[in-house]
Amino acid sequence: MTATEKTGGGASASYALELKGVNKSFGLIRANRNINLAVRPGTIHGIIGENGAGKSTLMNIVYGMHTRDDGEILIDGERVDMRSSADAISHGVGMVHQHFMLVPTFTVLENVMLGTEGGALLREGREAARARIVELSERYNLAISPDALVSDLNVGQRQRVEIIKALKGGAKILILDEPTGVLTPQEAEQLFEVLKVLRDRGVAVLLITHKLAEIMEITDAVDIMRQGEIVGHRKTAQTSPAELAELMVGREVLLEVERTEVSPPGDVRFSASHLGYTSSQGVVELDDISFEVRSGEILGVAGVSGNGQTQLMEVLAGMRHLTAGAINILGTEVTPASETNPRIIRDVGVRHIPEDRHTHGLILHFEARENMILGLQDSDLTGTGLLMDQDAIEANCRAKMKDYDVRPSEPRHFAKNFSGGNQQKIVIAREFSAHPVVLLVGQPTRGVDVGAIEFIHKQLLALRDAGCAILLVSVELDEIMSLSDRIMVLCGGKNVGIVSRDEADRQTLGLMMAGQKRTGEAA
Amino acid sequence: MADFIYQLLLTFDATLRIATPLIFCAMAGIFAERSGVIDISLEGKLLSGAFVAAAVAALTGSAWLGLGCAILASVAMSLIHGFACITHKGNQVISGVAINILASGLTVVIGITLFRRGGQTPTLPREARFKPVEWVGVDTLDAVPILGVIYRQLISGHNVLVYLTLLAVPLTAFIIYRTRFGLRLRAVGEVPEAVDSAGVSVTWLRYRALMIGGVLCGIGGAYLSVAQGGNFVRDMSAGKGYIALAAVIFGNWKPLAAFLACLMFGFLEAATSRLQGVDLPLIGEVPTQLMLALPYVLTVLLLAGFIGRPSPPAAIGQPYHK
Amino acid sequence: MSTPIPPLPRWADLFLLPVINLMAALFICGLIVLAIGENPIEALGVMLKGAFVYSGGLGYTLYYTTNFVFTGLAVATAFHAMLFNIGGEGQAYLGGLGAALVAFAMGWAPSIIALPLAIAGAALLGACWGVIPGYLQARRGSHIVITTIMFNFIAASIMVWLLTGPMLEPGQQSPQSAPLPASSHLPAMHEIFAAIGIKISSTPFNASFLLALLALVLFWVLIWRTRLGYAIRAVGQNPEAAHYAGINVPRTIIITMAISGGFAGLLATNEILGVSDRIILNYTAGYGFTGIAVALMGRNHPIGIFLASLLFGALYQGGAELDFEFQSITREMVLLIQGMIILFSGALAYMFNPPLARLIARLTVSRRAAAHG
Repeated sequence: MTATEKTGGGASASYALELKGVNKSFGLIRANRNINLAVRPGTIHGIIGENGAGKSTLMNIVYGMHTRDDGEILIDGERVDMRSSADAISHGVGMVHQHFMLVPTFTVLENVMLGTEGGALLREGREAARARIVELSERYNLAISPDALVSDLNVGQRQRVEIIKALKGGAKILILDEPTGVLTPQEAEQLFEVLKVLRDRGVAVLLITHKLAEIMEITDAVDIMRQGEIVGHRKTAQTSPAELAELMVGREVLLEVERTEVSPPGDVRFSASHLGYTSSQGVVELDDISFEVRSGEILGVAGVSGNGQTQLMEVLAGMRHLTAGAINILGTEVTPASETNPRIIRDVGVRHIPEDRHTHGLILHFEARENMILGLQDSDLTGTGLLMDQDAIEANCRAKMKDYDVRPSEPRHFAKNFSGGNQQKIVIAREFSAHPVVLLVGQPTRGVDVGAIEFIHKQLLALRDAGCAILLVSVELDEIMSLSDRIMVLCGGKNVGIVSRDEADRQTLGLMMAGQKRTGEAA
Repeated sequence: MADFIYQLLLTFDATLRIATPLIFCAMAGIFAERSGVIDISLEGKLLSGAFVAAAVAALTGSAWLGLGCAILASVAMSLIHGFACITHKGNQVISGVAINILASGLTVVIGITLFRRGGQTPTLPREARFKPVEWVGVDTLDAVPILGVIYRQLISGHNVLVYLTLLAVPLTAFIIYRTRFGLRLRAVGEVPEAVDSAGVSVTWLRYRALMIGGVLCGIGGAYLSVAQGGNFVRDMSAGKGYIALAAVIFGNWKPLAAFLACLMFGFLEAATSRLQGVDLPLIGEVPTQLMLALPYVLTVLLLAGFIGRPSPPAAIGQPYHK
Repeated sequence: MSTPIPPLPRWADLFLLPVINLMAALFICGLIVLAIGENPIEALGVMLKGAFVYSGGLGYTLYYTTNFVFTGLAVATAFHAMLFNIGGEGQAYLGGLGAALVAFAMGWAPSIIALPLAIAGAALLGACWGVIPGYLQARRGSHIVITTIMFNFIAASIMVWLLTGPMLEPGQQSPQSAPLPASSHLPAMHEIFAAIGIKISSTPFNASFLLALLALVLFWVLIWRTRLGYAIRAVGQNPEAAHYAGINVPRTIIITMAISGGFAGLLATNEILGVSDRIILNYTAGYGFTGIAVALMGRNHPIGIFLASLLFGALYQGGAELDFEFQSITREMVLLIQGMIILFSGALAYMFNPPLARLIARLTVSRRAAAHG
């Protein structure tokens, strides 16, 4: 490396991008620790890690959106100072963010022009930008019209606009942050084709993902991140999914959960028939969904994220009002005409682990003890008097923290001061211990450490064995496959089919997630 | 009939004069709010502008110097707003309230120090004000029926700031819709992340938007005290900044529509003062004080979606966190 | 480069930070006083003497304090649900109308009946004026800040119309209503003390102060001890989680605004039932806006609100004293201080947070090191 500094090119010049000893902290959280990374031009370089491993932070540092605390960034062997995304762009770095950076009220053209308008007046650069969009669109087969309004485009199209934005200035380094999270497998394939063309044209492509299959399929080399650090570097051809998984998690991964095969499930506890939900904007989010869940059974819901899982959970929990069909929960019928809200549903005996604990499951600025009664604030947990019984609330919290091993066991700490896993345990303690007859579980282990994952899985299975009827939504296919008795696949808000545990393999589910019905099956 | 037309013309004439400060403030509000910053401090900026213009004009005898200093003062207020809610990501509404109260206090405190007239500034001599501009050919055209009167009353005879306001509207529209700055401004009020990731500074963009707003409010303030009036009296902005804000909302954050809303609110006020004490058939005496509340009532109804649906910039009110 | 910012300890967040913000506001105002050629220390001394030392000063201070407790509670209640109620001014104004209408209607009744009803009238009309913006926000999506601003102006227009027309005292030129019946007069403190044989100077300080103290206690119980308070805070901190928890968010917003407006309306018990015994044009005199400063400084907690109200009471009373003692600084100085306080403890609330947190962290670490070493 000293040679690099002397020659200003030399050995390192064979890298398009190099990071040396990069650190970044947010408050007390060390998001990135001593990161060393080297990416060659004309390759697709993967960075894999669990949620919260620090991948996005690292890429935002490379793209200048975050400023590193220390360390060096070299592009083409030259040390550069990335203080803003303007710096990154001028050094030929383009980025497709996980959350799209598009103005919905603008046209594609306006979005692409933003930042590189080509003059003080828009008309000066408009035609050049338009031509560039058409050119890129044709070269990479993106099929994007410059005059379309972004709000009219679907997710896949919006991503392509982002790619055009990233490439418009002739990027040499293209970063894609979890690009397939919102895509069907087929759309993802199309994306990969584009990436291969880019690679062949000499672009260094950085693909950030937590999906092993993608790394194996398309990358040339991969770095593995865990808890803010890079814990391994491999040539893709010389590694295996098992090795990557072990590096990601820090120990051998047991994807199989011990399950006791119980006697066949009991009565139907809740069911949906021809359930539909259309949002207030008129978007059909759920369409003609029918299923039933029996006592002692876990029904898994698989699908690419954003295909109606969230809406299904929220409709079932009473947080949204269904617009067609009916739900029957323990004999209580909910139809578009009937009144429903989370309280009514909860009163019937339904408990709900929401998908996102920060938006729904917890109030971060409330103390743990106040969170432990969220949703149960009118129950006898808070006493029976006119005023809430503070001692009862505290005792309740203390007991549940003990049962579910929440650390630190401090009822008066604010929820925001617990780690992700312990926050989730607070939610789980609250919902699991409130005698669920029916349980709706969304992404129970998102952003949770491995120890907590096992604990949560065991608790879930224990409830199932005790006769609870469970609906489990997760974007982690492995989780669905290892826990569920039957699996329902959603695509575009429709029920593609329900398969039993024995019939479900990755390939079948993958095809169903893309919307293909299994042959010979009547939905 | 001729009298009616004449009365109507006078009302239109008054409408324009009343609407002038509203239009300046509304355009200022459009710049600020389109950039994603709620600007209820229009009122305070207008007030500071009015005071500084009158004070400087009184001390120097120059209306133009007064105007210049009014702009500086109003921009300074904008910078405080920006410092609080852009740099320090404070609550934009609270910052606005603070600026309005500060302006209300500062103008009087400084006014008393300088002039010892209980917060008023001395009445300006004619040469230290913006005088009406008589257009050529007014006298010749007088002979032409109707047109002559329109030309004399409505078109000619305003001061330079009134004409400036009519220029400010197309200029605002041009900047917002046709320029690079305008594109970025519109983007930063909708999705600031997009602007940031395009390599453009959200902070600087918003500061610039607020400063342009400061310039416009400063001119509006100068209009109040050295063009329309001849001195500063305490709290002379009297809610005009808020009405302008209402006009911005009414105009759905679009320059031309906001301009029309200003004219409508101006007309309401002009008509109200003409109707004072007048008995109308069927209605009886017009409760003019209640009519003055109409802009506010209409805005409330609009916001509540009873007349149309406002679509504010998506990122308005939210400080930008990377 | 950004080093990790440790969280501020609770005591520093609750006490030290507000004091620092207050000091910063006073410091800037001091500079302004200096700039206009007066001595800020002297000015502060005059204000303090005027507020606490001079005969009757304390009475006036507490009379103003009463106003600020009510409007501060109004703003704070809404803040707990993350609603910004700028409409305290209008709600208080209409509260006066409510008090007066009931008082006129109950002129025949003895005080024991008329007074509580008049007080209820004040709270009720104030609540109504708060509930409409609350409803529009909750059910129709209007921005409550804008709506409450508009409602201030609408209230002002209505009152101007009433006080120059239908309610104008016959034969009067200045816009004010006829005097209220004596049965709805709240006794002044000097009258009460005189009744038990203690002589204090005659000031507008009256029994509504006790009502204000009661309101502070009720506010505390409501926010931190009732299920409604839990719902209000939940809606404020995370409306989506509140919805998940089965709390009816729109209804909670509407109820919160009713309570908020009710507190603001109670201002009338001091100003109208306690002091002027009639509605006077613009009697709210900006007290509603001061409530914003009070709530911000008082951190939406009753003790903080009381202390902040006392501070503003002292500033208002002491500010009046400035008029007599100085040529160039007047009571408008108080507006300046008020603006600065809103700026520092509201909009710039977190400016001093990171440096202070670092300082405290460093001090604690070095103390611990010393203890261990």
